[in-house]
Amino acid sequence: MRSLFIILAFILSTLSVAQTAPSSDQIEASARKVGRALRCVVCQNQSIDESDAPLAADMREIVRQRLSAGQSEAQVIAYMRQSYGDYVLLKPPVQSNTYLLWGLPFMALLAGLLWFFKPAKPIRMAEDSQ
Amino acid sequence: MKRFIPLIIFALIGLAFAIGLTRDPRKLDTVLIETPFPQFSLQSLEDPQVLLTEANLKNQVSLVNVFGSWCIACNVEHPILMDIAQNETVNLVGINWRDKRDKGQDWLERQGNPYGDIIFDPESILAIKLGVVGAPETFVTDKSGTIRYKHIGPISREDWTQTLKPLILQLETD
Amino acid sequence: MIAELGHFLLILALCVALAQAVLPAIGARQDNASLMQFGRRAAGLQCVLLAASFFALILVFVGSDFTVKLAALHSHSAKPLLYKISGVWGNHEGSILLWTLMIGIYSACFAKSKQALPDKLRALTLACQGALSVGFIAFILFTSNPFERLSPAPIDGNGLNPLLQDPGLAIHPPMLYLGYVGFSIAFSMAIAALILGKVDKDWAKWLRPWTLTAWSFLTLGITLGSIWAYYELGWGGWWMWDPVENVSFMPWLLGTALIHSIMVLERRTGLAHWTVLLAISAFSLSLIGTFVVRSGVLVSVHAFAVDPARGVFILMLLLAATGGALSLYAMRAKTLFAPAEFERISKDGGLVLNNILLATATLTVFLGTFYPLFIDAIQGNQISVGAPYFDATFAPIMTVLIIFMGAAPLLRWRQARVSELKSLRPSLIIIAISIIAAIIIFRKFALGFIGLALAAYLAASSIIALGRRTKWKAASLTKQPASFWGFFLAHMGVAIFTAGAVTMSSWSYEAIGRIKPNETLRNSGYEFTLQIPATGLRENYEYLGADVIVTKNGKPVKTLYTEQRFYPVRNMVTTEAGFHFTPAITVFAAIGEGNNKDGYVLRANYQPLVTWIWFGAILMALAGFISLLSRGNRRPLEQENS
Repeated sequence: MRSLFIILAFILSTLSVAQTAPSSDQIEASARKVGRALRCVVCQNQSIDESDAPLAADMREIVRQRLSAGQSEAQVIAYMRQSYGDYVLLKPPVQSNTYLLWGLPFMALLAGLLWFFKPAKPIRMAEDSQ
Repeated sequence: MKRFIPLIIFALIGLAFAIGLTRDPRKLDTVLIETPFPQFSLQSLEDPQVLLTEANLKNQVSLVNVFGSWCIACNVEHPILMDIAQNETVNLVGINWRDKRDKGQDWLERQGNPYGDIIFDPESILAIKLGVVGAPETFVTDKSGTIRYKHIGPISREDWTQTLKPLILQLETD
Repeated sequence: MIAELGHFLLILALCVALAQAVLPAIGARQDNASLMQFGRRAAGLQCVLLAASFFALILVFVGSDFTVKLAALHSHSAKPLLYKISGVWGNHEGSILLWTLMIGIYSACFAKSKQALPDKLRALTLACQGALSVGFIAFILFTSNPFERLSPAPIDGNGLNPLLQDPGLAIHPPMLYLGYVGFSIAFSMAIAALILGKVDKDWAKWLRPWTLTAWSFLTLGITLGSIWAYYELGWGGWWMWDPVENVSFMPWLLGTALIHSIMVLERRTGLAHWTVLLAISAFSLSLIGTFVVRSGVLVSVHAFAVDPARGVFILMLLLAATGGALSLYAMRAKTLFAPAEFERISKDGGLVLNNILLATATLTVFLGTFYPLFIDAIQGNQISVGAPYFDATFAPIMTVLIIFMGAAPLLRWRQARVSELKSLRPSLIIIAISIIAAIIIFRKFALGFIGLALAAYLAASSIIALGRRTKWKAASLTKQPASFWGFFLAHMGVAIFTAGAVTMSSWSYEAIGRIKPNETLRNSGYEFTLQIPATGLRENYEYLGADVIVTKNGKPVKTLYTEQRFYPVRNMVTTEAGFHFTPAITVFAAIGEGNNKDGYVLRANYQPLVTWIWFGAILMALAGFISLLSRGNRRPLEQENS
């Protein structure tokens, strides 16, 4: 009975360690990944991972702190989005005002290829202008 | 009709550029308008023993101003803040951003201190929560501690008399 | 005095440009040979006047005449001579003057060229060039006068920014402008051809060298910009999908499409509409690019309205040039050859597909660049579109492009059979097997291997095309026309570029650590040992610099010097990385903040094949220049054996 208890305690302790403290390498890798997804808001289209700006350095630090505190990458990104809005996301989220942005390139590619490979008909070039 | 397609597309692009041209560069929307002032717990600039929190902003209308001794535009704005502190009743709160404690204190010593509470934020902890991009930036919060307005760049006398003061008066009567 | 002279020369140039815009056009209408001839002389004179005016501005900068506002703001007496000169185009006013001078140079070259053009085509093209000059000179004179005086004059200039003192930055804008502005000839020739109703094989033949010249310079300009950014920013990115880069990339993509559609038009009249629209769009995008960047509308989303006069003038110019051209197209479209039928599986078909894909790619870059502006204009919301968007949209389009790019050159003109592609089969099989094997073994690098396989496939197909033409005999290599070498080198350039870009993005490693002096950071078999850093004060910044000794498995490679600089006036930190470039591997190190007790943050990067990116791009530019050597009566490509 007692040994069972010890085993149980051991399992629980390893579980809790696994949950609260991811290794520092993992945090570092996550921090880099999150850093590349966030825009340095005072720079020209740079991510905070690439920027020398002091504010970017502070943002990187907060990203690290939050990841170390056990937050997920998505939660940290959501935290930054809460204060800076969509502007801070380098990859624009797919939402009603970006459907066109995300959809048009693939629609144009598909339309172009379909037009090209459909059975021969006279070409009408004027149609393809941008 | 097909021959007009390129022209129509270009006209639409041109129209978008034209609208872009008329936008007021100062009017940067913040996503934080109508949200509660973020929670924080930071030292006061004057006294490291004193901890300031969002509770200090409650029950009164506050003007929260982000500044730093390194910030050149803040010098331009400062006399106006001094006037506000002397002549108005609004609770003027400073956020000393990305500064060294002694430098911030010296700067206020020289220029005069218009602020009531001054939040010391050297690591951008509150600044990032507030979505601050540069200094100076100024927030107006109402009695419930909700952000109602954000001003980017130095406050001019016109900004004060035409926008900020009427807004504060209205919030105070609510 | 020199400044006033420069200003006066500019006003003279405006008058000459006005005459150049009007008189040859009247001459073309009235069949008056001497009026048409006048255009050629006016273009030469205008070019000389603009060059003299530009020279006057150089003299102002070299002579450190700080009573001229532009020199006071952007120069300094202590600057080295080279940077005093390059400072002339390192600002808005000067760079617009350089741009205008280049229109003058291209107009003059066009006027003096030995091409056997019909008089009317030449006269109308020069009239259109003159009209463009009028627009730009007026823009300079009314909103951006570089010769404005300042009173009282400062004792010294304000422009001692070491960040801008870089040889790459000095030659990058002129190259880029030679590309941008070169497309003005294609634009003007398209206008002239629309008015004359003659968009045909001959027109395509005349258009070709001008398009190739512009495209090659643009390729070079973009490449230099990429090298500069990589070297100067020091975090290992060669392309950032920054709006400033994107607006130079869009005319390049359309210019590439134009070069290929001209090839079809030279043989078949099918792509007349499309070629005309491309010629107009390529230059329009150059216009949007230069001015939108110069006015700052994209650099910081709202800066356009900061100087409304400039913004409005720019927009009017754009509306007049592009709007006018597209209206003319709408009016005259009926006079162009109707689109002709073509076989999908043929060289023509491949070139049409190339154009569809390049147009789609341009659309994608355009959307990514301007969408935030449009959303802001319509909704007032602010969004960012960064590298992850382009990785997700642009890369797949390029993949499809490369797949067809490998096959099309092996097909014959007009009608071909799929069987002509069978010589590709062995390389395809080898590549397919190696991809599958690689993906199974190294799942993580699947995308990298697919990219490398694409590059290898493209290179193989280009070599097979070369082999077929020469019947695999070395002796016949020298007999190939320049245009064939142009094709071969450009496509090999794309293959090399792709291999470099893919390898660099899949197999680069970065090590970051806080280490004390004489400690070592390891990355991919290299050891980076930090020496004791030194700090100090220079000109207008504080620095923290250190040597980093790089060894590979203990054997010395190179000692790199890296510096972190702090500019107190701007509260700005920059990093100067130390680089070691070799054809295969590039390593670099950059120091960050720290102290002797806790150590310093050191970044050590390992980037394979990054130099191939630029080598491939320069090869493409070279291919463009080589193609220029081929003229009219050489053996045309269509007699290719298969």
